[in-house]
Amino acid sequence: MRWFWVDRFLEFESGAYAKAVKNVSLAEDHMHDHFPGFAVMPGSLIIEGIAQTGGILLGESTGFAHIVVLAKVPRMRFHSWACPGDTLVYSVTLTDARQEGGTVEATAYVGDRLVAEGEILFAHADQMGAELPATFDQRNFMFDAGLLDILEVGRAGDGTVEMAPSSEVSPAS
Amino acid sequence: MPTSDEVFEKVQETLVDALGVDDDEVTRAATLVGDLGAESIDFLDIVFRLEKNFDIKIPRGELFPENIAAADTDFVQDGVVTEKGISELRERMPHADVESFAADPKVENIQELFTVDMICKFLESKLAE
Repeated sequence: MRWFWVDRFLEFESGAYAKAVKNVSLAEDHMHDHFPGFAVMPGSLIIEGIAQTGGILLGESTGFAHIVVLAKVPRMRFHSWACPGDTLVYSVTLTDARQEGGTVEATAYVGDRLVAEGEILFAHADQMGAELPATFDQRNFMFDAGLLDILEVGRAGDGTVEMAPSSEVSPAS
Repeated sequence: MPTSDEVFEKVQETLVDALGVDDDEVTRAATLVGDLGAESIDFLDIVFRLEKNFDIKIPRGELFPENIAAADTDFVQDGVVTEKGISELRERMPHADVESFAADPKVENIQELFTVDMICKFLESKLAE
């Protein structure tokens, strides 16, 4: 299993807004323990999906110059749940972005049913004096993990593939 | 120019949102770490929120100086902040009660300089600029 908690981006407006989907599947192992007889997507993984959506939104705004890490969840409220077969739509707005990190406001919906809403704070780990391996580079991470593919927007719409970050960001190998 | 009480009320609101504490816990004398349970990342959150709520810019390290103890080996000896370190604190944190700290300048007491009152005083001088 790979640590991807969004399947695809639907919309991506650089430095402002992103919308991504997560299709909840009964094939995911944890669904069978969470909970036996009543499979629901764990709230922590919904937060992770929102954070991946927001983290990529924040990271892309600087051309992935910083190492974006989820620092804090100041507020997250769960109103409902997501079950296998549901499509979660994460809408994330960048409310603050600066040298040290940034914040996003986010919602998660299944159809018109609100599942979660809240706020996430990200830190730029490379700015925090954190001890990171010298080889750890967000740009490399994004490229090596093939994460940029999920930024391809518009496949399901009119079929036009639009890469959100420009191609001038080349992998520093 | 907001009054001192208005600044305090807004700081109180900010800390309630950032730290998930009750407003009656946020007294002027409360320390951020000891009394309000703030962790390192909360300081970043607090600065973000103060900037937004007061519509000001707070340059990095101005409200919450970083790594004072580690900045210079002359500042700390045997777990105690030296005279030199204390004068650095006076300079870097003019809004904090450095004099009370100087009475028992153990390194672990540095965090007690970060009080609600210190934030209020910092903001009042910032807003007066």
